[in-house]
Amino acid sequence: MTDKTMPAVGLETVGMTKIFGSLVALEDASIRVAPGTMHALLGENGAGKSTLVKCIMGFYQPTRGKIIVDGVEEIVRNPRDAMKLKLGMVYQHFTLVPSLTAAENLVISRPDCPSIVNWTAELANLEAFLDRMPFKVPLRTPVSSLSAGEKQKLEILKQLYLDRRFLILDEPTSVLTPGEADEILGLLRDMTRAGELTILMITHKFREVNAYCDEVSVLRRGKYVGSGKVSDLTTDEMAHMMIGDTKLRERSARVEQGADRTVLELSALFASDDEGLPAIASVDLKVKAGEIVGIAGVSGNGQSELVEVLSGQRDLDDGRIFINGQPFEPTRQHMDKFKVFGLPEEPLKNATAPRLSVAENMAMRSFDKPPISQNGWWLSPRPMKAKARELIAQYRVKTPGPDTPIQNLSGGNVQRAVLARELSGDVEVLIVANPCFGLDFASVADIRAQIIEQRNSGAAVLLVSEDLDEILELSDRVAVMSEGHITYVSPIGETDRNTIGHAMAGGH
Amino acid sequence: MTVINPMSSEAGTTLSPVRVFFDQVRTASEYVIIPLLALAVTCILFSGLLLILGQSPVDFFELLWRGGFGTPFSWQNTLTRSSPLILTALCVAIPAQLGLVIIGGEGALVLGGFMAAITALPFLGWAPPAVVLSVMAIAGVTTGAVWIGVVGALRYYRGINETISSLLMFYIAIAIMNFFVEGAFKDLANPNKPSTKSIGDANMIGKIPGMDVHWGFVVGIAVAVILWVLMNRTTFGFAARITGGNIRAAKAQGLPVGLLMISACAIAGGCAGLAGFFEVAAIQGKANASLAAGYGFTGILVAFLARQNALAAVPFAILLGGIAAAGGLIQRRMGLPDATVNVLTGLMFVVLLVSETLYGRIPLFKPRES
Ligand SMILES: Nc1ncnc2c1ncn2[C@@H]1O[C@H](COP(=O)(O)OP(=O)(O)OP(=O)(O)O)[C@@H](O)[C@H]1O
Ligand SMILES: [Mg+2]
Repeated sequence: MTDKTMPAVGLETVGMTKIFGSLVALEDASIRVAPGTMHALLGENGAGKSTLVKCIMGFYQPTRGKIIVDGVEEIVRNPRDAMKLKLGMVYQHFTLVPSLTAAENLVISRPDCPSIVNWTAELANLEAFLDRMPFKVPLRTPVSSLSAGEKQKLEILKQLYLDRRFLILDEPTSVLTPGEADEILGLLRDMTRAGELTILMITHKFREVNAYCDEVSVLRRGKYVGSGKVSDLTTDEMAHMMIGDTKLRERSARVEQGADRTVLELSALFASDDEGLPAIASVDLKVKAGEIVGIAGVSGNGQSELVEVLSGQRDLDDGRIFINGQPFEPTRQHMDKFKVFGLPEEPLKNATAPRLSVAENMAMRSFDKPPISQNGWWLSPRPMKAKARELIAQYRVKTPGPDTPIQNLSGGNVQRAVLARELSGDVEVLIVANPCFGLDFASVADIRAQIIEQRNSGAAVLLVSEDLDEILELSDRVAVMSEGHITYVSPIGETDRNTIGHAMAGGH
Repeated sequence: MTVINPMSSEAGTTLSPVRVFFDQVRTASEYVIIPLLALAVTCILFSGLLLILGQSPVDFFELLWRGGFGTPFSWQNTLTRSSPLILTALCVAIPAQLGLVIIGGEGALVLGGFMAAITALPFLGWAPPAVVLSVMAIAGVTTGAVWIGVVGALRYYRGINETISSLLMFYIAIAIMNFFVEGAFKDLANPNKPSTKSIGDANMIGKIPGMDVHWGFVVGIAVAVILWVLMNRTTFGFAARITGGNIRAAKAQGLPVGLLMISACAIAGGCAGLAGFFEVAAIQGKANASLAAGYGFTGILVAFLARQNALAAVPFAILLGGIAAAGGLIQRRMGLPDATVNVLTGLMFVVLLVSETLYGRIPLFKPRES
C-alpha cells in the first residue's frame, strides 16, 4: 500500500474502540480504505460513524485501536497531527467565516498564514490553484452570499488547498439539492480516479453510494459488520448489513378520510426575513383534518420563514392564522388548546436546548402540566425522568441515559427525541419541516409512518420538504412555494413530478 | 452499542453502579477543583507581584487570613461585607441562566438604597420601625427590579446589548443619586458629606444575636436558597433555562420569552436593590456617595466564581468579603495602598476567566473510557 506514485493517501483502522462513560459507541472497528478510491461508510443513526471518523481525525482519543496511514502505524493525538498526515474532514455544517470572501477564508485557514498578507500575490496564487481544480467558486464574494452548493464546494476546495489527500465527508450532501450533489460527487470521483485523492464518505443515501462509490464499509451498533465492492453488492444487501434482521416499519396504509373539515387556515400571511426583506407574501392555504399538505419548493423560497411563523419563531407582518375557525397565536396556551405540534428542521438548532439533558428536552412540552407539575409551578424531577425513560424506550432513542446532554446524541437520535416529545400526545395540527434530513433509511420509514399515522387519526399536517420524493409519497395535496408565494396547488392524484418541478422552477 | 439502561434489552459490557457513581463524583468535582486551582494560581501570580514590590507574600497572606478570617472580629467584618455580595452576585447569576450578562448591579444597588432612604423620610418620627423598614425594603427592591427590568426589556424589545446598557445605566444611577443628594434631599445638618437625612438609630436594622453582623447576611442566604429553588425546581426556572439554552427552541414551545427575560432581570435587580436597602438601613443610615462602594462589581466576580449557581454564591461571597475586610489591616501593617486587595480580586477575575477554557480538557475529570 505504499505505492507512492499517486498523491492519494490510504488509511486503515485496526480495532478502533471508543467508550463514552458507560456507553460503547464504537467497538473493535477495522476498516480499510485503499488510496484513490471513494469509500462509503454506512450505518444506522447512532451506529458510530461520526465517532469513528472523529477518532481518525484526532478529535476523540480512541479507547483502543490503531490508525495505519499508507502502511505505517501513526499516532493521531489531535487534529494537528491528522493535518500533518494529510487527513482532512468536511463537516455536515459549514465552518467558513460568512463575512469573509472565499479567498480570505482559504488564506486564513492555512496553518502558516502570515500575519501580514500580501493579497495581490495570494490572489494570484489562488487563481492559479483554482485553475488546477475541477471546482470553481467566485473568490471575491463574501461567503454569506454563496449558495449552499458553492459553500460546500469551497469547504472541499479548502481541504484541497491545504493539500489534504485523504478527505472525510460527513453527510456532505444533506445541505445540497440532488443536482448540486451529483455535480460535486462526480467531480470528486474523477479526482479519486486520477489518484489525487482518497475519499471516505458518510451517507444515508444509497443512490449516491451506487452512483459514485467504489467500496463500502458498514457499522452496526458500533461494530464493524463488513465491507465490499459496491459493484458486488445490491442495495438490499447493504441495507441488510446495516440493520441486520430488524424488520423495517411497514408503510402505514393511507386511510381515506371522509371528514371535510378545515382545521388549519393561513390567511394572507406576510413576513420578512432576517434582513427585513419580504420573505413570504400573501400566503393562503387550508389544511383539512386527516390531510397532509406538502409544500414543495427550492430551498430559500420562504419555506423556512413560513415554518418559523407558524411555530412562533418569527413575527407576522400581516395576515392571520386560524385553527378550527378561531384565531391562533403561537403562544403556549394556544398550542396546548389547539394541540399544535411541530417537527422543525435541524432539531438541535430549532427544537432543543443542546446542553440540557435528554429528559429536560423531552419535558419541554409537558413540564408545566401533571404529572411533572401538579399545580403549574412546582416541578418534580422524578416523573420527568420516568416519562423520559418511557419515551426513550418507546421511540428507541439511543442514549446513555435520560441525564445525558442531548447534544451528545447522534443526529438521528436527537431527531427521535424531538419526535417522541411532539408526537406522544394527542395531535390536531402538525407542522413538519424536512423531517428526514440525516436519518438512516429505517428511521425515515419509521418517521414517515408516524406522520401518516397522525394523519390517519385525524391530524391536519403541513409538511414542508425539499425532497420531492417525500412530498409525493406523503402528501394528499401539493402546494409549491416560489419567491414567497404559493404558486401552485393540486391534489396529489391530479399532478405529477414534472408539473411540480416546472412550478418549482418558477413557471406558473 | 451497549447502554446501561434498565430499559435496554441489549446485553453487553456493563459497568457496576458503584463505579458509575464514583465516575459521576469525579466528573462533578471538576466544578470544585478548577475554581480552587484558579484561586491557587492567582495567589502565586500575586506573590510574584509582591516580590517585585519587595514585600513578603507570606506576610501578606498571613495578614489576609488574620484580617478576613483569623479572629471573631474579622469574621464579623467579613460576613457584614459578604451580605451585599451575595445579593449582587445573584443579580448576575439569575439573568445568566437565560444567557444574559448583566454587569450593572451596582446601579440597582445605589438607586435601591437611595430610594429606600428617601421613602423613609415621610414616616420618620411617627411610624414604628417595622413600618419604616418595610416601606424602605419595598422601595429598594422595587427600584432595583425596575432598573434592571428595563435593561431586560431593552434587550428583548429593541435588541440592545444588556451588558453595555446595564453598565451605562449604572452611570445614570450614580448621577441621579448625586443630583438629589446634593440638591433636593440634601441633609443640611451634614454639610461636609452630602447625604440624605438619617433614618435615625431607632429605625436601624439590628444585629444577629450574639454577633456584630446585621440581618442582611441571613436574608442574603435565604434569598440565595429561594432563588436556587426557583431556578431549579419550578416551571418558571425551567422555562428560563430553556430560554437560556436555546431561545429559538423556547419560542417554538410558545414560551413567553420576553416576559421570562424581563422577570429574571427584575428579580436580579430586586436582589441588588435589597442589598442597597441593607446598606442604608443596617450600615449607613442614609444614602450618600459611599453607597457606590463597588459591591455590585465584586458581585460579578462572585457570580463567575460560583459558575452562576445561586447557592455557590454564598461561600464565594464570604471569601471575597474576607479579602475586602483584610484590606485595611494590610494597608496599615504593610504600608501597601488600600487598593492592593482590589488588584488581588482583579487578578483573580482574569485567572478565573482563563480557567473557564479548562473545562472538559483535564483527562482526570473525563468519564472513564475503559
Ligand atoms: N461526546 C459524546 N458523549 C457521549 N456519547 C456520545 C458522544 N458522541 C457520541 N456519543 C454516542 O455515541 C453513539 C454513536 O454516535 P455517532 O455520532 O458516532 O453516530 P452516527 O453513526 O454518526 O449517527 P448519525 O447517522 O445519527 O449521525 C451515539 O449513541 C451517541 O449518543
Ligand atoms: Mg453522525
